[in-house]
Amino acid sequence: MTASHTLATEDLTLGYGDRAVIEGLDLTLAAGEITVIVGANACGKSTLLRSMSRLLAPRSGRVVLDGREVHRLPAKELARTLGLLPQSPVTPEGITVLDLVGRGRHPHQRAFSRWSERDDAAVAAALEATRTTDLMDRSVDELSGGQRQRVWIAMALAQRTDLLLLDEPTTFLDISHQIEVLDLLTDLNRDRGTTIVMVLHDLNLAARYADRLVALADGRLHASGTPAQVMTEETVRAVYGMESRIIEDPLSGKPLVLPIGRHHSAAAEHAPV
Amino acid sequence: MSAPAVTGPSVQRAVTRGRVRRGHRRRLIVLTLAVLVVAAFATTLMAGHTYYPARDVLRVMTGEQVPGASFTVGTLRLPRAVLALAAGFSFGVAGVTFQTMLRNPLASPDIIGISSGASAAAALAIVTLSLGETEVAALAIAAALGVALLVYTLAFRDGVAGTRLILIGIGISALLDSVTSYVLSQAGEWDLQEAMRWLTGSLNGATWRETVPVVCAVVVLGPVLLARARDLTALQLGDDTASALGVRVERTRITVIVAAVGLIAFATAAAGPIAFVAFLSGPIAARLVGTGVSLLVPAGLVGALLVLVADFTGQYAFDTRYPVGVVTGVLGAPYLVYLIVRSNRAGGSL
Repeated sequence: MTASHTLATEDLTLGYGDRAVIEGLDLTLAAGEITVIVGANACGKSTLLRSMSRLLAPRSGRVVLDGREVHRLPAKELARTLGLLPQSPVTPEGITVLDLVGRGRHPHQRAFSRWSERDDAAVAAALEATRTTDLMDRSVDELSGGQRQRVWIAMALAQRTDLLLLDEPTTFLDISHQIEVLDLLTDLNRDRGTTIVMVLHDLNLAARYADRLVALADGRLHASGTPAQVMTEETVRAVYGMESRIIEDPLSGKPLVLPIGRHHSAAAEHAPV
Repeated sequence: MSAPAVTGPSVQRAVTRGRVRRGHRRRLIVLTLAVLVVAAFATTLMAGHTYYPARDVLRVMTGEQVPGASFTVGTLRLPRAVLALAAGFSFGVAGVTFQTMLRNPLASPDIIGISSGASAAAALAIVTLSLGETEVAALAIAAALGVALLVYTLAFRDGVAGTRLILIGIGISALLDSVTSYVLSQAGEWDLQEAMRWLTGSLNGATWRETVPVVCAVVVLGPVLLARARDLTALQLGDDTASALGVRVERTRITVIVAAVGLIAFATAAAGPIAFVAFLSGPIAARLVGTGVSLLVPAGLVGALLVLVADFTGQYAFDTRYPVGVVTGVLGAPYLVYLIVRSNRAGGSL
């Protein structure tokens, strides 16, 4: 199965109350790629993701999936094409891994329909892909942070969507679990062609795992393109207001950002203030 | 990272096995609850100050005239038992609906002001306006719906957050309770007794006139809630996740609130706000069947069982007859304290 769905925003403006968070954004997310959205705190990354999955109605402009406006699509139909893992989903007390992952089948079921073999197959595949089969009878409460995050991703996978949006899937995880989650998402993208759009905080992980980087600054698109095109000293300055040096990551060949603070860097001493 | 122990078709078999096993367990528990409800129902019909064998009770229920039994069972015990069943079921289902939707065991209608609204209206109707039973019931229903709407509107800001709604509900509830207290302080002796009987929650003197509307409410509104059972379980994962799973969050919420408040309102109008049944049934059901599935039916059965048993206990276990609300109140208050202590210990906000 190859994903062929294209998600785009057209002159999109979003906001809460009186405050505009995203202004006039035109963005096309390429099918079958991993797109990572980066930007400073409160620059509208999560807001953008929420709007793309119909959680937030646009002030003006549109979010378009394959030429159809997302906010006009039937809820379940959209949920069969586009999945979202929010930043802090709620884990019901005492729920087992199997039950939680099974909730991902919701858009494929009707109110009184019976659980089908296809549902079981989707759940099993999701557990396998996230390597959580051994956990299936455990209670989600008692899992480690990394295991729990994999279980939540499994839930989103059980939804069987060609597009998957993730809001900071690596937050609160230690570095090895961050890599584990990002590797898992890359597997999904490579093996199934799932289009992945995620918000990440860590610029170096973003540069390494993204096919395409989108940098937002003050609710506007600052730059978009391959990591090498986007991750420049100029971009880091414009987006984060911080000086940096970019070198080549010896492992991946992707750009590696070295922040220049006021201390501990020889360059800082000579850098213009 | 170790490789998974099982792969391919065996994983799917394990998934199916896990689901079927849990399904069996759940059905067994629901069936047990149903059997207990039927047993309690039958007991309240047969036992009491006079005992009638099952044969007599059945003959009465099929419309035969049995000397003695026709009056005691047919006129006194049957409407009372049916009201206990229907009201308990309503309280249980409505309570767990709110608790599931707002993801908080404290979010039951008797904590967030809906029952208080019905009570204040009833007190006002009985004491100040001197209205008859039907008008009291109608006013209580209207007030329950009104308060639910008010709390929901006040709590609405870019969607409804559970904690905000609960706090506003508790505030409104306190306000309405003070209205009730004031009205009662103005009451004459006869009105006071009548009002207190209603406020405690009692099935005394239940006739078909009070019972039939509650049964109708269950028959009409129960299926509305059941049709939303899956959406409700999705809502447990948070509004964002539920929406991403294709649930229309606001629409679902409005539908289930109206249906659940309707159930509460009709049950309260007939039997008074029987303390803590709405609040207790959901958590008890969750303890029994686990959180993975919809709790609507189990909680309804637990509610019915609670009211049937509490009413029977209140009538016959002591020297004095206690109204059902006193018995459930004694059961429920410690649980409320336990919940608050536990949520404090966990450092959770409510």
